Amino acid sequence: MVITAWIIPLLPFLAFWLILFFGRRLPGRGAYVAIGAMLLAALASFRLFLHLAGGGEPLHSRLDWLVLGERALAVGIQVDALTTVMLLVVTVVGSMIFIYSVGYMHGEARYPRFFAYMSLFAASMLLLVLADNFLFLYVGWELVGLCSYLLIGFYFDRPAAARASMKAFIVTRIGDVFMFAGILLIFFTIGELGFEETFAAVEQGRLSGGLLTAVALLLFGGAVGKSAQVPLHVWLPDAMEGPTPVSALIHAATMVAAGVYLVARLFLIFFASPGHGALTVVAWVGGISALMAATIAVVQDDIKRVMAYSTISQLGYMMLGLGTLGFTAGIFHLMTHAFFKALLFLGAGSVIHAMGTNDIKRMGGLARVMPSTYWTMLIGGLALAGIFPLAGFWSKDEILTEAFHNNPPLFYLGLVTSFITAFYVMRVMFYTFLGERRWEQSHGQPGSAHPHESPRVMTVPLWILAIFAAFIGMLGAPFLGNPFHAFVRFENGEAVPFNVTVAALSTAVALAGIAAAAALYRWRVISPATVRRALQPLTVLAERKYYFDDLYALTVVRPVMWATRALRVFDLYVIDGAVNLLGAVVVWLTRLYRVFDLYVVDGVVNLLAWVTGRLGAALRYVQTGRAENYLLAIAVGVILIILGGLVR
Amino acid sequence: MTVGLTHYLVVAALLFGLGLYGILTRRNAVAILMGIELMLNAANINLVAFNRYVAPAAVAGHVFALVVITLAACEAAVGLALVMAVYRNLETIHVDEINLMKW
Repeated sequence: MVITAWIIPLLPFLAFWLILFFGRRLPGRGAYVAIGAMLLAALASFRLFLHLAGGGEPLHSRLDWLVLGERALAVGIQVDALTTVMLLVVTVVGSMIFIYSVGYMHGEARYPRFFAYMSLFAASMLLLVLADNFLFLYVGWELVGLCSYLLIGFYFDRPAAARASMKAFIVTRIGDVFMFAGILLIFFTIGELGFEETFAAVEQGRLSGGLLTAVALLLFGGAVGKSAQVPLHVWLPDAMEGPTPVSALIHAATMVAAGVYLVARLFLIFFASPGHGALTVVAWVGGISALMAATIAVVQDDIKRVMAYSTISQLGYMMLGLGTLGFTAGIFHLMTHAFFKALLFLGAGSVIHAMGTNDIKRMGGLARVMPSTYWTMLIGGLALAGIFPLAGFWSKDEILTEAFHNNPPLFYLGLVTSFITAFYVMRVMFYTFLGERRWEQSHGQPGSAHPHESPRVMTVPLWILAIFAAFIGMLGAPFLGNPFHAFVRFENGEAVPFNVTVAALSTAVALAGIAAAAALYRWRVISPATVRRALQPLTVLAERKYYFDDLYALTVVRPVMWATRALRVFDLYVIDGAVNLLGAVVVWLTRLYRVFDLYVVDGVVNLLAWVTGRLGAALRYVQTGRAENYLLAIAVGVILIILGGLVR
Repeated sequence: MTVGLTHYLVVAALLFGLGLYGILTRRNAVAILMGIELMLNAANINLVAFNRYVAPAAVAGHVFALVVITLAACEAAVGLALVMAVYRNLETIHVDEINLMKW
């Protein structure tokens, strides 16, 4: 069973290398390998899930990886209820998106590379959720960040995509630095990196008080970056430059949920901070992100950007749920959101695939043209809005119930967000699928778009995800005994029971949101432009995205650019000057050496040759070529030797 | 006056000197060969004389002298053949005109 757990991340990892090296020669140009590895990983995850759901013990396997002095860094994996939920979400949603990508990415350049990166991402994400220690977690964490960077910049020949990938990488890295500091703080306090040891230290009080809160907040910094929460949310909307399946898998369903997973995995650390201080911060950051992103989503015209802001908003919801002690609620929403947001993104991808544009104002009336996309997206949209009995209703309701009991101000914040959520998702639906066909006529000219339903390989995953989005919420339904809550729970806290009032209130609010959207965009009771003008300062604020990008441009980007320009001047005149000076000195020295070479070294060599030549010329007269001369010399020599011998 | 070893040695030395002189001064290659014969015979006289006066019982000196005579015959044959070959190629047997070895 433990072997199964180890195999899960290794399968996509193997697929990554295979596709990287042999991509074009593999079946389906690498796509089938990636899908196969993903499906096998899904099967293995399901086996682990059955093991745990059947009352089996949580699995744990570790080995000493590195011995630093007296400390051994133990690394390993663990499988508990939380892990299996994440494993299933990643592998099932991932498989669907992989299959969908076969259709969506058809004919793209670098097609095998896409599946290689996606496989690497899946492997990293699975490692991240399986890790039983901060080291593996951090490795997975950075690897998914890398994959995110690579895939956002997949169309790196588009400047916008290249910029977006850099922005995503740098902004999340800011959060990661905090997280790394938190991990180091834990390591230097207790000398261990395992989760179990850390929790034990928290329970024994070795890690407590202000230090514990500091650790929790530092770790939360990483989660804020990765899960795109305020104030580090600015990267996620830009990340939509990547291919749509990437947006669905990485920037909606799984990677951005890693931050929520982190808070859930380390819930004890947050929970134990004095007065739930850290949890309160989590809740408020989540709540503010939820409301802020939802309001921005209302004024976006790019279908993918609406979804991106919706993702930030929903991640905020999860954080809100976790922060108001709703451990199960947060994870439940993570799971349901993964399914319906992946569905919405893939649906959006299908629309983009057909229309060739992201602008919802240039769409309209697509329901007849692409019925599968329409109906699946409608299910996803209603699930997102939180309409009974779809998935979003149950999970969002649980979060609101927790907030209602533990933090009433945040409950009202969540309720307002719920209204706006229903409003913006229906606005997109009305603009895209209903109303007149604006693509047939643009500025009096016949439009160039010829939309069509997407191929089967794309619609089948849509339908499968739609089924999940419709029914997975039942796992948390109170009249079915709330099996999800029985499976995933936090021992120290008791969940708040189902509250009919809250449920009715949230449904009413969601319906009101839908009605408002219908009034504005379907029945045209009031013109949207009038409303926009009436709410002038607010709409401008939302359109400018609360000036976050401008703020960062002013405080970070501008000074950095100024500094680089200053450094460029420094480089040009000081560093280059020094280098050129060195060069000039060397050139001058070589001239000197040249003179030395010409007259001294060459002189000696030539002298030697001249002396040898003269000597040879002088001695050549000895060689007469006459044997008798040589013989005479021999005879004289012999006589001289004999005489010499006699004299001596 | 009895004839002793010294007399033989003096005769041999004179003969050797004459042979050497002939080799060094004659231009004709045949004459040079004859000079070589004289020098070889001077050596023969020495060998026989030493055998007679120093070790009368042994015959090694005689044998050596016979070997040298055989050698001289061979040398004369080879030498004359060389002279013939040189004459055919250069149309002269005057050694001062045979200067192919010169630089």
